[in-house]
Amino acid sequence: MLHRLNGPQTLGNGRIFWVCALFVLLAALIFPVFADPYDVGNFAYFLIWVSMALGLCLMWGYGGMLSFGQTFFFGIGGYAYGVLSVDLGNAHGLALGNFAMAVTLAGGVAVCLGYLMIYGRIGGVFFGIVTLSVTLALAFFLGQTAGPEWAIGRARLNGFNGMQGMAPLSLPWFTGDIDLEETPLYYFVLVLLIGTYLALRILVNARFGNVLVALREDPQRTELLGYDVRRFQLGAFVIGSMLAAVSGVLYTAWGQFITPSSIGLPAAAMPIVWVAFAGRSDLTAVLVGTFVLLAIFQTLTIYSEQAALILMGLILILTVMFAPRGFFVSLTRITGLHPRRARALRTRSTEAG
Amino acid sequence: MTPLLQISGASKHFGGVFAVEDVTLAVQIGEIHCLIGPNGAGKSTLFKLVVGTYAPSAGRIIFRGTDITHAKPFARVAQGMSIKLQAPSVFKALPVRQNLHIALQDHVTRTAIRAEEDRLLEVLGLTADADRPAGLLSHGQQQWLEIGMALALRPILLLLDEPTAGLSPEETFRTGELIKRLSTEGTTMLVVEHDMAFVRQIATGVTVLHLGKIFARGSIDEIISDPRVAEIYLGTPHAA
Repeated sequence: MLHRLNGPQTLGNGRIFWVCALFVLLAALIFPVFADPYDVGNFAYFLIWVSMALGLCLMWGYGGMLSFGQTFFFGIGGYAYGVLSVDLGNAHGLALGNFAMAVTLAGGVAVCLGYLMIYGRIGGVFFGIVTLSVTLALAFFLGQTAGPEWAIGRARLNGFNGMQGMAPLSLPWFTGDIDLEETPLYYFVLVLLIGTYLALRILVNARFGNVLVALREDPQRTELLGYDVRRFQLGAFVIGSMLAAVSGVLYTAWGQFITPSSIGLPAAAMPIVWVAFAGRSDLTAVLVGTFVLLAIFQTLTIYSEQAALILMGLILILTVMFAPRGFFVSLTRITGLHPRRARALRTRSTEAG
Repeated sequence: MTPLLQISGASKHFGGVFAVEDVTLAVQIGEIHCLIGPNGAGKSTLFKLVVGTYAPSAGRIIFRGTDITHAKPFARVAQGMSIKLQAPSVFKALPVRQNLHIALQDHVTRTAIRAEEDRLLEVLGLTADADRPAGLLSHGQQQWLEIGMALALRPILLLLDEPTAGLSPEETFRTGELIKRLSTEGTTMLVVEHDMAFVRQIATGVTVLHLGKIFARGSIDEIISDPRVAEIYLGTPHAA
């Protein structure tokens, strides 16, 4: 199965790429030793969002389904984790159980919503409209849950102020639970993200990924090759949405709060900007691009949140105008590191020779 | 002998317009059956009924003894059909080899797939273009690539909708020879075509459609010598 880590659907398939990736990983592993805890916490925060971006990359970049619903599933995951951890507690491994249940719940909702849209032949721009509508509906609904009647067990939803007071993630251990905060949370998120990234590389370079890019190009041709395209679309939508829910759970566990503003319109547009900027057709580009963009956004937010939002809008406009494939993917084409471009250059030099 | 494909009383209407009306047609195993007719005869609509793109308003379609009237296109392919549409329909952004890979991946073992891709590239004359995006191929090459993708499914019945559209006379002839070779290897074919020279080159049986109905059927020689067929094609009585 590991041979699927490399393939036509991913950039960076050579030895040099993997050696570089190993160095980046080593740097990420030793980073907390040298950095102060505030920076480690910030880096964990950036990594938390990457999972959601990778999910959108799978749906949009590989499957051609532009979903505005990533923060919808982010919210379901985050709020579900919050409710479960307040009501059930997080001790003795329950935190991981709550994590799994929250993501599974989001997966169930994704199956229902995805089934209605995909089997209802909703595609193209309407896919974006429906997913945006449910996202806004959830954000508005949660915004009006300020009263004490809006509680699930002991967990108050708290309207615009959001849920608070849930315990952090914890791992069961022989000497007692290990709370995942700051450096331990950073390592937990890092391991989870590496696992997600590698699993997605295998997935997109396997049969599933081949069919996904085929149906992005021409759904009718794909169906006429014997593939039930709607099953593949639904599969990609559910996986991508569950990855958004993973981000939601981790975000809630990281800050021990979640508010409707993390679901609403400005938040829902963010994953689109990250993935479009990075290059939606490649997982590595999205991984790196999202991280870089989040770091820039966070740095600017310290000075002015409005300026940071304007910059995000500007980046989206510049991407659409000058690098519609995304800046990171375009960079690999310009430098000849893109595999198809490299092959074409090799062919040309062979013909010239 | 039970036909491989049996269309019984198939009709398709769009509002008040009957595109296909009460068509009954049988395609026998090993046959190269050509559907011909002037523009607007209903050939493509009938083809789409067989493919599953349209559901018939009435009638039944039986393939290999199974009623597939309401089966989805992918389910028909799973039963042994393979389809080449009229306009070249390939994955234009993907390399030629990957186009074939996607078609082959469910029909060839993982260890044999590379060799099978190479063999098909050779047959199609696309070996030098294996790594180029399919969208950069010429129209004729895209037609051939799509035929290659259809063949990759190892079909029992190959459905071809105007496979020579946009091809040069030489490419058309080569396509005809390829189709005849496939027929000798056991593939049955239903071909929609209006290039009579091409039909003459390949057909073992011909059905003529006109205004959505069966107008004539028989061997290619019988059809060519039928003055009524010449009349519907040319609009004047057959002079010979």
